[in-house]
Amino acid sequence: MSNSNWPLWEIFIRSKNGLAHKHAGSLHAADAKMAIENARDVYTRRMEGVSIWVVRSSDIVASSPADKDFLYEPANDKVYRHPTFYEIPPEVGHM
Amino acid sequence: MENQALLERFQNYVDAENKIEAKDWMPDGYRKTLVRQIAQHAHSEVVGMLPEGNWISRAPSLRRKAILISKVQDEAGHGLYLYSACETLGVERDALIEELLSGKAKYSSIFNYPTVSWADIGAIGWLVDGAAIVNQVSLQRTSYGPYSRAMVRICKEESFHQRQGYEIMIALAKNGNEAQKRMAQEAFNRWWWPSLMMFGPSDSASAHSGQNMAWKIKRHSNDELRQKFVDMTVPQAEYLGLTIPDKDLKWNESTGHYDFGEIDWTEFNEVVKGNGPCNKQRLQTRNKAHEEGAWVREAAMAYARKQEERQAVSAA
Repeated sequence: MSNSNWPLWEIFIRSKNGLAHKHAGSLHAADAKMAIENARDVYTRRMEGVSIWVVRSSDIVASSPADKDFLYEPANDKVYRHPTFYEIPPEVGHM
Repeated sequence: MENQALLERFQNYVDAENKIEAKDWMPDGYRKTLVRQIAQHAHSEVVGMLPEGNWISRAPSLRRKAILISKVQDEAGHGLYLYSACETLGVERDALIEELLSGKAKYSSIFNYPTVSWADIGAIGWLVDGAAIVNQVSLQRTSYGPYSRAMVRICKEESFHQRQGYEIMIALAKNGNEAQKRMAQEAFNRWWWPSLMMFGPSDSASAHSGQNMAWKIKRHSNDELRQKFVDMTVPQAEYLGLTIPDKDLKWNESTGHYDFGEIDWTEFNEVVKGNGPCNKQRLQTRNKAHEEGAWVREAAMAYARKQEERQAVSAA
């Protein structure tokens, strides 16, 4: 029975031109066309979007929460990547 | 001949400050101009790593070295954002890289100047990144969405680049000994004029300006941006106690801007044509790095294919 489930799709909506598509949620659909139509009905009923991307959930590869420590540890001690690390005298204006 | 109605609708859409996105209809000229400009911008980020990379192994302290590595790393990231934005217009990354390596594509001429002393690293961060920021802040409002978003991200990261450069200049020009002060002044003399040239030909001589402004690919003219940079930078140079290498530079009370001398456009054109001090060296270095990295790219693909085959076998 579970084999006949429609595949799951992740839905990304661009709220207006100039902004990036943002993950809105997911839904089941038989194919990409139906996924876009359903996403239209579910996620843009109140003019939330001007463009829809649908991606099969199974095509998304996510990092593992368990890897959090070693994935992001290298950035921990690099405070010098932030502009506020440098003292700029007020006399020279915004930099 | 493109449909006049489509062109008009496009212009009205842009005039109303709307962003164009990858799947929207756009005039061929708009697409071509963007591909050229974004690709040049991406190449500049990549080649821009070379003059600074020259000093990573000779940075005067571990602190400066870590900072410089981080900055150069950022430039690689900026190249990536821009190549990706360019690819939304239907060009292949490999084709873009090929144009850079063959010398067909242009990149910012500033990177064809050498970094002969440590003070050049300070001057680049302060002046070259400073000029780039003025240009890129303006481009955040460019009409092409993916380019605009890349600019927003880049500007956010760029501020640290300029500030670390200025900090180097403070250490040398303001707090340094006589020799260090001289070194800072010499670096300033080397980078001042090329930095002004970064904004491109003056408006009266700029070939594409009119159409690009109408399409809002560009939001400010070359001369406007150059003036803005001069006005910002002169007080910063004065604070450092540096002398601006331009006898015509003076505050103009009536315009509220600094007047400055004529740029040596002959030099500019020569460097653009490939006759700058380091044009050949930069391309050679890029080509060498690309060739020497070939086995890594091949190995990664071979590994991926092997993993795929194994998975197919175990699934069967």
